[in-house]
Amino acid sequence: MTSKALLAATALVALTLALPATAAELTVGFSQIGSESGWRAAETSVSKTEATKRKVTLKIADAQQKQENQIKAIRSFIAQGVDAIFLAPVVSSGWDAVLKEAKEAKIPVVLLDRDIDPSGKELYLTAVTSDSVHEGAVAGEWLAKAVAGKQCNVVELQGTVGASVATNRKKGFDSVVAKNANLKVVRSQTGDFTRAKGKEVMESFIKAEGGGKNICAVYAHNDDMMVGAIQAMKEAGLKPGKDILTVSIDAVPDIFKAIAAGEANATVELTPNMAGPALDAIMAYKAKGTVPPKWIQTESKLYTAADDPQKIYDSKKGLGY
Amino acid sequence: MMQRLLQTRGLAQIIALLAILAIDRAVSPQFFDLRMQDGRLFGSLIDVLNRGAPVALLALGMVLVIATRGIDLSVGAVMAISGAIAASLADTYGLPVALAAALGAGLLCGLWNGFLVAVLGIQPIVATLILMVAGRGVAQLITEGRIVTFTAPDLVWLGNGAVLGVPTPVVVVIGMLIITGAVVRGSALGLLIEATGGNARASELAGIGTRAMILAVYVWCGLCAALAGVIAAADIMGADANNAGLWLELDAILAVVIGGTSLFGGRFSLALAMVGALIIQAMNTGILLSGYPPEFNLLVKAAVVLVVLLLQSPRFANAGAVLGRARQ
Repeated sequence: MTSKALLAATALVALTLALPATAAELTVGFSQIGSESGWRAAETSVSKTEATKRKVTLKIADAQQKQENQIKAIRSFIAQGVDAIFLAPVVSSGWDAVLKEAKEAKIPVVLLDRDIDPSGKELYLTAVTSDSVHEGAVAGEWLAKAVAGKQCNVVELQGTVGASVATNRKKGFDSVVAKNANLKVVRSQTGDFTRAKGKEVMESFIKAEGGGKNICAVYAHNDDMMVGAIQAMKEAGLKPGKDILTVSIDAVPDIFKAIAAGEANATVELTPNMAGPALDAIMAYKAKGTVPPKWIQTESKLYTAADDPQKIYDSKKGLGY
Repeated sequence: MMQRLLQTRGLAQIIALLAILAIDRAVSPQFFDLRMQDGRLFGSLIDVLNRGAPVALLALGMVLVIATRGIDLSVGAVMAISGAIAASLADTYGLPVALAAALGAGLLCGLWNGFLVAVLGIQPIVATLILMVAGRGVAQLITEGRIVTFTAPDLVWLGNGAVLGVPTPVVVVIGMLIITGAVVRGSALGLLIEATGGNARASELAGIGTRAMILAVYVWCGLCAALAGVIAAADIMGADANNAGLWLELDAILAVVIGGTSLFGGRFSLALAMVGALIIQAMNTGILLSGYPPEFNLLVKAAVVLVVLLLQSPRFANAGAVLGRARQ
């Protein structure tokens, strides 16, 4: 081997070694909660697509709803020397120790979808979450616009009692109701975020409100309960989407099927794309040292029949919902 | 007088059911209104029967298990498994295959529980806890964690259809009650089950195949749970592995206990277990109709259950009688 060739080879090796330092080849470890819901599965698959789009290597660790698994995953990411860690925390407390380890290793941590206790604020770079109070408000504002000042009795299907998402989505909707004298929530009951309970509760609402004649709109804290409620309305001989307006939150594929069929009116999206904004923040931070704001709020987009629901259904159904 | 009345078997349960229906009528004046809607009876009373069907089916299997001094915690998970299987197969293979596979899975689950309890001698609460935890995981594997929807009209009919105006789930419960009743009370089988629960060792010595008895009741319980799971899936036209049948094992046990069957085994009543299931559902529907904030749901439920159980307690009736005499 000539000395020239040796030099070239050394240069090549040096170049390869230097490559991971460039922004295009980041490695990010993602500690995902698990796959307890369709939305969670969609978030995982969207995260993979978003990472590939940006040429980032994403290592996903499924914690199967256990905090100790998440802590183990973060420790192993630190040992591997990843460039950044994404964490979708299963609970809000108990992260201080492991996040301190990440900070000492100078690995930035980004929280996805859920926040942690304020005590750990300085331990992570930023949190990418949706504002569930805002989601409720977007749903309320759509309804206020749709009824255009007419008197409207609303029945509400709440999420699981005590769940912060349910409390917040109620709060956001109530804030719009308070501003519009024509809107009135006449009944509110929990449907536990499930189709079966959504259907059962709607059946009782219909009977309690004059066979559904006194109901002008249904607001459900998630789409699954609304899918159940739509069945209950149809079985009672009512036309959901026409006799009774519907607005719900999450934007899962099945609600677009209902919107396309004219049986549902509107849904507010809880985007499964939390990783996209997080990756952008990390890449800017790594390349130019830009420190992102402590909270990156995702968009709560409203979808109605005007948004080509069939096309959205086709694009969403493969995501694992 | 009062004391003797309350101790007449089944009277306390009937009184409790009537009282709850009366309360339902008070909170919701249209409670007993009935009309036909698309060839199906429609009204709150029908909701009670229809929504109570899954728990009634679970109770039908559970009551036999409890009569042998056992318990089956896995019925909710079995519901999730059978619902997932039926929903996954219905659109491609049709109802007969989907139903056979779902019920077959229920039988297998029951056989597994029965094997652990009867053959290996593991305590029922622990043995069935295994499937309670693992079963939901199995269901999630089948559905890949998503809600599997289907459109097969004959499976949808099982949840949403009607026979002569009566919702199909109610007809299924009545059918299963008649079959179970005919098998266990039309023969000596019921007596043998009670003997097994009363004293397994004595029964064994008396020549009763107690192992076979125990195995059989768990298999029957698995089958009933599978049927409940198919109905629950058919009702929402989809299988929700995360939530189908969640905590329903507790409602089923409650229905059996409210129906006066002792957890110590030795005696049971199928009909009163059905009344127990109706009491629970009449209460649930009443709570939904009442318009109270949902934070009170569980509190109201607990209070009602307490009152119903106190009504059945002989000591409570005795105390009442003593108090009554003191006042005279």
